[in-house]
Amino acid sequence: MKTELMSANYAASRAVVSARVEVVAAYPITPATTVPEQIALLNEQGIYKGQFIRVESEHSAMFACIGASSTGARAFTATSSNGLLLMDEGLHWAAAARLPIVLNNVNRSVSPSWNIHVTHDDSYSKRDTGWIQFYVASVDELYHTIIQSFKLAEDERVLMPVMVNSDGFVLSHTVSPYDHLEPEEVDKFLPPYTPPHWVMDPENPVSHGNIVFPEHYSEFRNMMHEGTKNALPVYTEIEKEYKKLFGKYFGGPIDCYKCDDADVVFTSQGSMGAEAKDAIDELREEGYKAGNARMRMIRPFPVDKIRELGSKVKAFASFDRGVSYGFGGPVANDIRSTMYHMKHRPMIKSYIGGLGGRDMAIPDIKAVILDTFKAVESGELGPEETWNDLKD
Amino acid sequence: MHWTCFHLVNEVNTEPTGKKDMPKTSYSKPSIGSTGKTGSWRTFDPMVNYDECNKCRTCWLHCPEAVISIGEDDFPVWDFDYCKGCGICAEVCPKKCIEMVRTSDAVGGSLPVGGSEG
Repeated sequence: MKTELMSANYAASRAVVSARVEVVAAYPITPATTVPEQIALLNEQGIYKGQFIRVESEHSAMFACIGASSTGARAFTATSSNGLLLMDEGLHWAAAARLPIVLNNVNRSVSPSWNIHVTHDDSYSKRDTGWIQFYVASVDELYHTIIQSFKLAEDERVLMPVMVNSDGFVLSHTVSPYDHLEPEEVDKFLPPYTPPHWVMDPENPVSHGNIVFPEHYSEFRNMMHEGTKNALPVYTEIEKEYKKLFGKYFGGPIDCYKCDDADVVFTSQGSMGAEAKDAIDELREEGYKAGNARMRMIRPFPVDKIRELGSKVKAFASFDRGVSYGFGGPVANDIRSTMYHMKHRPMIKSYIGGLGGRDMAIPDIKAVILDTFKAVESGELGPEETWNDLKD
Repeated sequence: MHWTCFHLVNEVNTEPTGKKDMPKTSYSKPSIGSTGKTGSWRTFDPMVNYDECNKCRTCWLHCPEAVISIGEDDFPVWDFDYCKGCGICAEVCPKKCIEMVRTSDAVGGSLPVGGSEG
């Protein structure tokens, strides 16, 4: 292991080499462009030894990955925003075909209005495709989570594709150190992929995606649901092994910081969760018992961990960098659903903001948490949903 | 009723009873009936007047489902497990001796058709 200094996109392309990916099919879109650009360069230099397929659209990129993964190859792609949306049909297909493809989605606002900065609407809108979803907060975390994701996706108990989300520009174009592993080191952790079920093989032809009538359709969908839910216990095993081998651990599905005795816990996805740790430190100095729960995984939803946290806290301040139009913060609402059947139900305040890349700095995060403290102190929930820093 | 539309290929080649004997995703090996007994889709049955049939094999050549085979006496015979009743055989027959009869009205055995060869 050696420390390198790179942007998240450059590091993602190195993770592809380290994980011995065999096929990458990708189409450029800002801010994900430098991921395939770097892979193409590494391919030309003979460092990335797999195939790099230059396709004409993101739809084709996903279907080329589906074809590759169907033959038993380890496949990867990267995209952003409207590119992810164009992949939509393929995302559902990959999940239902139980193909362990890994995708780095560099979160970017969906247009119109045209905006290349971070909003999580692109990946939130793909929440129900069956893809496991991670959100990372650093270059180092992105690099290692991509490697871990192949192991998770390829596990027979899971066999579902994984989307690793990283914030556009905040991470994608910001240079930071990460700990690089050579492919020979990763070999100890990640063996070559052998499909444990169907495979596309000209020597032994099968037809896939056949018509299935009502007698069996539900059973296939139920098996997808179970596979996705299995990702929680399987990921716990994977992280344990990864920590033992490489000393790297990013906190499980929810990275908790000073949550044990906290009255208010701030939840968020992506890079804001790293910034929030500093906000928590400042609030602790000011006498507030605040904690930070950085949601690393939102599908499968870490129900048990949220219930464990929820049993101890007085309130959640749940921040979404995206919206489910007509219902509000997607993760805030998931937390509410998760807590509904519990005896102790803390206040759950939903905040929406940071859209279109609007900065969420330490003072902004502190203000959100203090707003929730105010509700706790007064005993009044106040607004269920607050748009942070909205100009009237 | 619907017939199941895939056969397990990694375990036993039978219709699954539930999740325990189903693969993780639907797929099948190329085989007769790999998408179920599609003969159940039929609305019209081809009924052949073998007195008129001259064994020209035009129907055999045109059948898109390859359910027509040539019997021992060189007459065409139908596999009704998979014949969907599309009527192409009746359409192309130069002798016009194949009639499409609504399935519920077709009397099995009244005409010397091949029947199921499964």
